[in-house]
Amino acid sequence: MSTILEVNALNAWFGSTQAVKGIDLAFESNTVTAIIGPSGCGKSTFIRCLNRLHEEVPDASAEGRVLLNGDDIYAKDVDPVAIRRKIGMVFQKPNPFPSLSVFDNVAIGVKLAGLRRPALLKEIVEKSLHLSALWDEVKDKLHAPGTSLSGGQQQRLCIARALAVEPSVLLMDEPTSALDPISTAKIEELVTDLKKTVTIVIVTHNMQQAARISDSTAFFLLGDMVEYGETSKIFTTPKDARTERYITGRFG
Amino acid sequence: MKRTFSDYIFRSYRKRKSVNAAMVVALIGAAVVALIPLFSVFGYVISQGLPALNVSFFTELPKPVGEAGGGMANALLGTVTLVALGSLLGVPWGIATGLYLAEYGRGKLASVVRFSADMLASIPSIIIGLFVYAVVVVTMKRFSAIAGGLALGILMIPTVARSSEELLKLVPEHIREAGLALGLPRWKVTIWIVLRGIRGPITTGVMLSIARAAGETAPLLFTAFNNRFWQRGLDQPISSLPVQIYTYAISPYDDWHRQAWAGAFMLVMLVFAMNLLTRLALRNK
Repeated sequence: MSTILEVNALNAWFGSTQAVKGIDLAFESNTVTAIIGPSGCGKSTFIRCLNRLHEEVPDASAEGRVLLNGDDIYAKDVDPVAIRRKIGMVFQKPNPFPSLSVFDNVAIGVKLAGLRRPALLKEIVEKSLHLSALWDEVKDKLHAPGTSLSGGQQQRLCIARALAVEPSVLLMDEPTSALDPISTAKIEELVTDLKKTVTIVIVTHNMQQAARISDSTAFFLLGDMVEYGETSKIFTTPKDARTERYITGRFG
Repeated sequence: MKRTFSDYIFRSYRKRKSVNAAMVVALIGAAVVALIPLFSVFGYVISQGLPALNVSFFTELPKPVGEAGGGMANALLGTVTLVALGSLLGVPWGIATGLYLAEYGRGKLASVVRFSADMLASIPSIIIGLFVYAVVVVTMKRFSAIAGGLALGILMIPTVARSSEELLKLVPEHIREAGLALGLPRWKVTIWIVLRGIRGPITTGVMLSIARAAGETAPLLFTAFNNRFWQRGLDQPISSLPVQIYTYAISPYDDWHRQAWAGAFMLVMLVFAMNLLTRLALRNK
């Protein structure tokens, strides 16, 4: 196994409030890493630093090294736009683009990047929708608005949209917290399948979910990473007392 | 017998219910009364304007004083020209300002721009006419369609800018973030995702401001002036429906008064049709 993404001494702030404190963490290729922790522990901010989306928030800043295949994405001459093509993201609330069809929602990333050939676009859309296990449900309504799908379908549409630009890492920020259990199960299954194609970092509030789908787990608390390890070990024999208290539901 | 709490609740419930009913009736009354002026204007313009309307109104130029007949063909074309010129300036400029305010505007400059736009929107339109007169008409030494269009355009900028800004602000931040997360530069996200997503409501705002500009008289009086003949170029005086109505309405001739009513009817229909068409076009989306 090889490391695809390596984080060194990452700090992030909102104004003068530090939300992420000196995180060191490495992600292996084709694995699922879950990031768990109580609300406000900085886990969302942390993954938003990995595609440099955090800095788009007014007054927000980040500092540290994040190496994608050995290259620092925080180096001075790096364009965040180029980074985000390689590190995709799925958000907490399904957010298909309004007034765009299912097809265009998936196609828009490559389309706006300059790809115009209809045949190729069609191929990419179909492939992405297959990857996100949505194709069978939407193949007959590709031209319906993306927002007309159900919540769970919308979230898989957003996954297809992110996959269409072929990122090597996919960040997922509590992707199932707005969904019902059946849709959640579908997305979890999907995550396990997608691991063959991309490396996944998933933030979740749901510890069963982390235990079910992830290979390794990091536990965050108040901006610090308390513990990191193989998921099976974190959930059975945590080293830190705070991790144990959290996963057994005694706080958070 | 001692009154219990539930007796009290029940009595006050009946009272509340009747007060509520009375208030609803009062509100409906107020809404209906507010419609009366609108419909009386509408009715009066139709009753006076429709009989005065004939084919020559649409095809002929105004006749000299004393001669019967004639029409407002040149004023109709003039209004279309002036509104087109104004929109050419006001719509892109207004939307660009709205984009700046909503998407990029932070800090001092943005609040100055926002405040100025609000000020500009509340300046009486005749002042804008005076300004264009001083800057353009005096310099060119001539009334012109360009000056008139400029005045209408300036009038449109703040309303288009503020309505676009408000609509852009209604687009949730996570939509922009989703676009950015696809590796798209912010300007592409802004134009092709955010702006495109609300093109319907933006169009409605634009159409309302165009409709308003079409009916403006004051800023045209000493910019576009008037012209009894066909327009001969954008650097020449040009006729428009509102100014022609004004000219005819204050004249002492009955025939011209009839023409003014016909013009008023056309103007109302024009604005009405534009509003209606926008609504229909947007409903089909």
